[in-house]
Amino acid sequence: MNKIWSNYRYLILRRFVQIGMLVLFFGANAWGWKILEGNLSSSLLFGFIPMSDPYATMQMIAAGAVVAADLLIGVAVVTLFYFFIGGRAFCSWVCPVNMVTDSADYLRRVFGIDRAQKMKQPIVRNARYWILGLSLIVSAFMGIAAFEFVSPISMMHRGLVFGMGFGWAAVAMIFLFDLLVLRNGWCGHICPLGGFYSLLGKFSFIRVHHLEENCTLCMKCKVVCPEKQVLHMIGKESLPVLSGECTNCARCIEVCDDDALRFSIRDFIQNKKMGE
Amino acid sequence: MKQEALSDRRKFILNMARGVGYAAIGGFLWSAYLDDAKASPLILRPPAAMPEEDFLKTCIKCGLCVEACPYDTLMLAKPGDHRPMGTPYFIPRDIPCYMCEDIPCVPVCPSGALDESSVTVNGHLDINTADMGLAVIDENSCIAFWGIQCDACYRACPILGQAITVEYSQNERTGKHAFLKPVVHADACTGCGMCEHACVTEKPAIFILPREVAMGKAGSHYIKGWDKKDESRLKDAHAIHTTTNVSRKKAVDKLNSGLEGLLDE
Repeated sequence: MNKIWSNYRYLILRRFVQIGMLVLFFGANAWGWKILEGNLSSSLLFGFIPMSDPYATMQMIAAGAVVAADLLIGVAVVTLFYFFIGGRAFCSWVCPVNMVTDSADYLRRVFGIDRAQKMKQPIVRNARYWILGLSLIVSAFMGIAAFEFVSPISMMHRGLVFGMGFGWAAVAMIFLFDLLVLRNGWCGHICPLGGFYSLLGKFSFIRVHHLEENCTLCMKCKVVCPEKQVLHMIGKESLPVLSGECTNCARCIEVCDDDALRFSIRDFIQNKKMGE
Repeated sequence: MKQEALSDRRKFILNMARGVGYAAIGGFLWSAYLDDAKASPLILRPPAAMPEEDFLKTCIKCGLCVEACPYDTLMLAKPGDHRPMGTPYFIPRDIPCYMCEDIPCVPVCPSGALDESSVTVNGHLDINTADMGLAVIDENSCIAFWGIQCDACYRACPILGQAITVEYSQNERTGKHAFLKPVVHADACTGCGMCEHACVTEKPAIFILPREVAMGKAGSHYIKGWDKKDESRLKDAHAIHTTTNVSRKKAVDKLNSGLEGLLDE
């Protein structure tokens, strides 16, 4: 029992936060709860703290919308939180699609699908930044928030709160894509919202730190990590994970039996010394 | 034959070009889909919604208006609804807008896609100034136009006697009955859809359409000379005279010209 907790504590917490938020959103629509209203595009916490999706707002402004001050305050709240504190935590702690892609990734490992696919990956991880840029250009040309119109993330969270329609098809597509076509395909290669938070959260305080002297090179962390490239220092150097692409999901921390990975606040002074 | 390896610079440029190519293909496909997906001319929006083009830009699809509506009138378009995805709309035949005096759906809008100022008169919210659509009557299926007495829409209208009035005329078929025909007045109608909801026919004979669909437009060159306000548009008007070979002479002279030789003979 203790082992389960120590090996899954962050996973359990993340699912609690993800599902909890959906339950609060659902309750607001179904039963009029005033705790968390709206959805992940824009919401109201306790009836007065606005929170809005900065990437959606960027697209709207690119499309030529003149948005109201309420929205910009909400954008500031979210932006400041992820910029200073959370990093790319939205992806692993809030986004409901994370549960879909995590389960696809888990099944990939169970069935050994990776071993069957020896081909070169068809899409590079940088594709998300191209799609991010493209979405703003298309928004400007079409006069509409381009990604918001096709986003499976919005379809899923909006669907769970307001009614799914055919939105389940988009969710199924992502699941099958991640399971059968490309490992970590959606969240790690394509999703421009993930790309946006990777850029936004690059300088945030909360970081995973690697302690090389504890590492036994078992590589369990690299097996579970959805963004393996960020763990390049494992077994080589004691460094914090500085890439913005780390989602702070903390799976690496909890699967490590040797205490070679832990959360910590970014240490600017130490980094400076190392840079000298 | 051995080929020379590409230089790093060449490789970089080629890879960038490949990326741009992918982006262009994706961008065109994406745009084509969006162009189709955003077209939904018959959708009815919540009160105080901006004009459709601006509304689609500005709505962030959060659903706070939907949650604020006490009658469950508003819905967010789901995939498969064939409406711009995630945007709020209503179907008055199912649940009309009940025109709450405090218009709870409007002030909650964070983005301004529902524009509070468009329904504010002298600092107070006034739902009667809302403009969700316009009721249109199909006289062929409206039983009041057949001579059967029905004033369901007239009674249901929240702006009773202004948005819909009943006009009387003689029923010449029977010679002794009257027609009580409903007439919609576009200046008062808010498009709430209470009439469509109340209509007794199998498929409603009175229904709401967005104003851009329901109304024509005479054009600015028509001026109501009997309407002081409309006539005032002529105040600063000035005429432009264009002279061509044909119009140099007066029309009558032009028509009579060329006969000189005939008459002289």
